[in-house]
Amino acid sequence: MPEQIIHTHPLTNGLTVVIEPMLDVQSAAFCFLIPGGSAFDPAGQGGTAAALTDWITRGAGDLDSRDLSNALDNLGVQRNESTGLNHIAFTAATLGENVPAAFALYADIIRRPQLSEEEFEGAIAGIEQSLRAIEDEPQRKLMIELRRRCYDAPWGLPTEGSLEELPRLTAQSVRAHCDRCLRPNGAILGIAGQVDVPRTLDLVAQLFGDWKTKPEPSIVTGPRGERIGHIAHDSTQMHIGIAYDAIEYSHPDYYKAWAAVGVLSGGMSARLFTEVRERRGLCYSVSASLNSLLHEGRVLTYAGTTVERAQETFDVTLHELQRLGDGIESHELERCKARAKSSLIMQQESTTSRATSIARDWHFLKRIQTLDDIRRDIDSLTVAGVLDYVHQHPARDFTVLTIGPNPLKIP
Amino acid sequence: MKFHQTKLANGLTVIAELNPAVHSAALGFFVRTGSRDETAAVSGVSHFLEHMVFKGSEKYSADDVNRIFDEVGAKYNAATAEEGTLFYGAVLPEYLPQAFDLFANILRPSLRQADFDMEKNVILEEIGMYDDQPSFTAYENLMQTHFAGHPLGQSVLGTKESITALTCEQMREYHHNRYLAGNVVLAVAGNTDWSQIVALAEQHCAHWPAGVCGRATHEAKPAGGLKVIARPKSQQEHIMQMTPAPSAQNRLRYAAEILSVIVGDHSGSRLFWELVDPGLAEAADLDFTEYDGSGSYMTYLSSEPEAIAENLERIHAIYAEVNRDGIREDELEMAKNKVSSRVVLRSERPMGRLSSLGGNWIYREEYHSVADDLATLRGITSRDVRELLDVYPLGATTTVAVGPLESLA
Repeated sequence: MPEQIIHTHPLTNGLTVVIEPMLDVQSAAFCFLIPGGSAFDPAGQGGTAAALTDWITRGAGDLDSRDLSNALDNLGVQRNESTGLNHIAFTAATLGENVPAAFALYADIIRRPQLSEEEFEGAIAGIEQSLRAIEDEPQRKLMIELRRRCYDAPWGLPTEGSLEELPRLTAQSVRAHCDRCLRPNGAILGIAGQVDVPRTLDLVAQLFGDWKTKPEPSIVTGPRGERIGHIAHDSTQMHIGIAYDAIEYSHPDYYKAWAAVGVLSGGMSARLFTEVRERRGLCYSVSASLNSLLHEGRVLTYAGTTVERAQETFDVTLHELQRLGDGIESHELERCKARAKSSLIMQQESTTSRATSIARDWHFLKRIQTLDDIRRDIDSLTVAGVLDYVHQHPARDFTVLTIGPNPLKIP
Repeated sequence: MKFHQTKLANGLTVIAELNPAVHSAALGFFVRTGSRDETAAVSGVSHFLEHMVFKGSEKYSADDVNRIFDEVGAKYNAATAEEGTLFYGAVLPEYLPQAFDLFANILRPSLRQADFDMEKNVILEEIGMYDDQPSFTAYENLMQTHFAGHPLGQSVLGTKESITALTCEQMREYHHNRYLAGNVVLAVAGNTDWSQIVALAEQHCAHWPAGVCGRATHEAKPAGGLKVIARPKSQQEHIMQMTPAPSAQNRLRYAAEILSVIVGDHSGSRLFWELVDPGLAEAADLDFTEYDGSGSYMTYLSSEPEAIAENLERIHAIYAEVNRDGIREDELEMAKNKVSSRVVLRSERPMGRLSSLGGNWIYREEYHSVADDLATLRGITSRDVRELLDVYPLGATTTVAVGPLESLA
């Protein structure tokens, strides 16, 4: 693997810049994580951060919404804004030579958004449409509602808010969120690709160096939803979600947890796909994934199947989760390692993947793992170590949610 | 990047674009067969066969196939559409021989009866899954309605009935007739060498039966129509509309691509500013799709049912304006900047190059480097777009609605 050089540069106001130069590409990508995600939504006003995420790009600095959008398009910026629990994330990729100009626009968006009244209405109306659309897609709805039931509030609450709470948001309340929460302390800027490091650092310091810190806002916590539930829906399939406790990304045993889920669902030879789909033909889609917050994690499992086969699908899936502790074959672990190695190397072909990964690493770990570091951790995994993890964190105390025509028998 | 091509004695075309600066190699077997090549009696067989390929051959069992792909860390999949079935994967260069052997081998699948019976359930589940995605339901019905009477109107998935009735023997016969060496293009992109590719192709594919399959490619002349699928309990209404556009062989397709970005890209387009930005619709896009001998513009609108009529009027006012006045120079320039950046970013991964490489060859027997694509894009003028609109104006020949509405007033 070619040597990776990653530069980490903290600004005095608490913004951390992490840069990974990549010489064989023309593009560069950046991922800007700004504190102020949905966990900071005022109680009963879920969707505040989501509304800000949409509203904030509708005009900034001297440019109105359309001029700003055109300026980004003319720079070839492929962009995405999303609301996370902790941050609002701005991800962008374009030719490396266009990155400095793009940074200047993002400095306006993040520090000098116009947040005009007339644009607020459009932002809210768009969010309402998206929330309604989720109601028609049971698979998406299921995963949102499953999180609500397996994490305490606000960590399990939908980052997009809800149709019930949306009418409570006002331009004033969302602007207040912006003033209160968006801040440089705790912000992370990950950059990867064809960039000149000293010049980039100078530019970032110039654009963000005088951004003033703010006190960290408090978070209101609350209980999670019912552990076992069913939502009646007039759908063709039954959508089944199962969640149980795992560990977070920063935990020393994280890669063991990752491998355990990999044995279950890491590839098409993994157990869930083999037992539920290949051997029994019960469904088209079945999977498990490891979901991590800062201080806790869950395994989230999904299966979609027709009503007649739903109980069997649930029973077989649950059995596979439970029997993981009975033993893991060494070849199962070897396949997880092979897939990881290949993914790590292929990540180097995508500036967006690298920018996102290094920003995420800083958020969770306060350090950056090189691909070699990760490979060493993966190589050092043993069957005994992974099994030991599974025994310490067995699949039990399940949160179960189904959406579809009929409830299932949940033991 | 360097391009190579050859043809084996049995007619299999092998093409490659090699790039030593990347870390992986992607390979794809592009089989020129899809739902348009099926008879009604075997509707859905191309897609079902794509699944059955992964059930293995004489040499590899289904478990072997899944196991070996994971052992070599392949990122792989397959896809079936109206005109083609694609088997593709990306691996680290040292694993290319194993991945190649496996793909080539399973493309001559055993098609065992027990596997066929089991996989039939999975296909029926897949049909059920798409049924719960309203935009997919709209697309399926739009294709069938718009291309009624033309092979492009044949469903990729088939129906519950056609899949239930399909026999393993029918599938074997379809495979025997369609998976001929002359009907397949093998494309490779990324970090590997040409002599190795040729050697692998000779070793694993030279024995494939020769032969080429024809296909009627007359241009579709859609009569148009309206189909409303009422789902009273849904929240949103999904509208899809289609109208004829240039085919994969028509030089106007470049103008059609850029026009779709200007008018209907997911952000910064005319539809975006008129409908999505003010929150009148959740989505309002225009896409251009090229087919063998035909083409289509497809409009997608998703919004609250009460706003559908007005939203459709807004869309068609934009189309009427574009058809009449064409596009502005500043819009064209911005669309070129957007698309150039997309082309470059996509090309940085071998997987990103593969579809362009294989697609250009299977439709036109042409190779276009990234530089060629960028030059073509730069060369498009507003006069080209005018010429396009004179022949293929934007419109709504066929409409399908899925959602609470009983009718479209």
